[in-house]
Amino acid sequence: MKNIVINSEPARLEFDRVSIAYHGAAATLQDVTFEIAHGDQVAVVGPNGAGKSTLFKALVGLLPLRSGSIRIHGMPLGHHQDCVAYIPQREEVDWRFPVRVQDVVMMGRYGKFGWWKRPSATDHAIVQHSLTQLGIADLARHPIGELSGGQQQRVFLARALAQEPHILLMDEPFTGIDATTQEITLQLLNDLRQKQVTVLVSTHDLTLAAERFDKTLLLNHRIIAYGSRKEVFTTANIAAAFGGQVLHLDNDLVIDQCCPGKGDSHA
Amino acid sequence: MLEWLLSPLSYTFMQRGLLAAVLVGILCAVIGCYVVLRSMAFLGDALAHAILPGVAIAYLLGGNLLIGALVAALVVALSISFLSRKGDVKEDTAIGILFSAALALGVALISSIRTYAVDLSHILFGNVLGVSSANLWLIAILTVIVLSILLVLYRPLLVVSFDPVLATTLRLPTSLLRSTLLVLLAITIVVSLQTVGISLVAAMLVTPGATAYLLTRRLPIMMLLSGLLGTLASIIGLYISYYLNIVSGSAIVLVSTLFFLLAFFFAPRRGLAWNIFHHKPIGAK
Repeated sequence: MKNIVINSEPARLEFDRVSIAYHGAAATLQDVTFEIAHGDQVAVVGPNGAGKSTLFKALVGLLPLRSGSIRIHGMPLGHHQDCVAYIPQREEVDWRFPVRVQDVVMMGRYGKFGWWKRPSATDHAIVQHSLTQLGIADLARHPIGELSGGQQQRVFLARALAQEPHILLMDEPFTGIDATTQEITLQLLNDLRQKQVTVLVSTHDLTLAAERFDKTLLLNHRIIAYGSRKEVFTTANIAAAFGGQVLHLDNDLVIDQCCPGKGDSHA
Repeated sequence: MLEWLLSPLSYTFMQRGLLAAVLVGILCAVIGCYVVLRSMAFLGDALAHAILPGVAIAYLLGGNLLIGALVAALVVALSISFLSRKGDVKEDTAIGILFSAALALGVALISSIRTYAVDLSHILFGNVLGVSSANLWLIAILTVIVLSILLVLYRPLLVVSFDPVLATTLRLPTSLLRSTLLVLLAITIVVSLQTVGISLVAAMLVTPGATAYLLTRRLPIMMLLSGLLGTLASIIGLYISYYLNIVSGSAIVLVSTLFFLLAFFFAPRRGLAWNIFHHKPIGAK
């Protein structure tokens, strides 16, 4: 991870005709092609089981691709030099694990200062700064299991910040959190914009996606639409993505997102 | 009192036994923290039983039983990781298949050996007072090796256990680390063979770690506490075994279980008694 020079030219993140399928099942992602420019903030939207988490896991290199390729900064997965930080959904974390808040955030630094060295004063300062920025500095010595849901999420945001990533992936950060955490998360996105970090966020909140992000990726196994708010949020696109979950009320569209559609599982 | 403590140590076999029991107690307890946190208790138990054919073959060939056990444990550990890595077979299914197959092979081999009955009971339940000085050396060397590797790999193993996704994004070789832990576990089990036998190894691995988990929420302290509890249980168990004439492995495991129950009921903040005393509902944070 030494001497990474971020080019001033756009650091692209490219999906080129990517298909992913779990064992024997129908393709979770089908022929997905898109490009994200350096420093863009993109909301990933789609019904439950549309493949949003799958998309993120593939980007991190956790899932084998059936076909196609993913390139980061022009380099294939596994060869790129970018630091990708991933904030998992809360259910995916073992909150009973015996670690304290500051231990979790320090994990974000391991990749930088080496696995066998002691953290330097800089590392400690970065951890402290991340904790302060997310308003959890006073919880640093608490076990993670003792925190509220929103605080737990902020621990992982702090860790991602401490990683000093080039690309940040957040899986459903706005689901089931308190107002404070939502506000802090949005502030963090603004801050990351200054730092030119490329951000992908999956969310169920279409209003948020339309208002706070540069672009939206509308996904339902394949790409329904990708682009600016105007290009993506058309009646036809929403209907194509959400299908039977859309209710037409006069001129408004209402999407029933409580109940997943047929055969959907949370992938 | 001092006399009571020192008199058993006038026997060489007791000195060796105590040393072996303490080494095994520490080793099992420390690696046992990962076993507890990663829910590998079933795997540990299975590995222990899978050792049997290795021991039987070593006996038939007239080789060192510990080395036979080590080879068998490594083969089974790596097969489990190979079978489940492909993803077609879930890990606990792979464990179930290999564990029973190895056990069946072991029993089949042993049933063909007529004179084996006495030694078999030693393998099943351990015979810490029969540790030879060569085996004590082997135990000591393997203990030092395993503990050193755990120390060197502390951070990678912490990350891969707590958050495998982070481990991947930090470019750790996650499956290599998992296999390494499996191999270390296999070695640990073989080392414990002599003191508690294959039927009680799982308790040595799980109980001290589970007890320590009730007392702290930090991994390094959990490992220290667990090691301490494992050592204490081994020493107290061995004395009980000497004075009450009980099988040593059972005595050690029973003392360890007593520690766990004490922690379960009286641990500060998490114990049952503490919660009742503080009028908090059980299980509340």
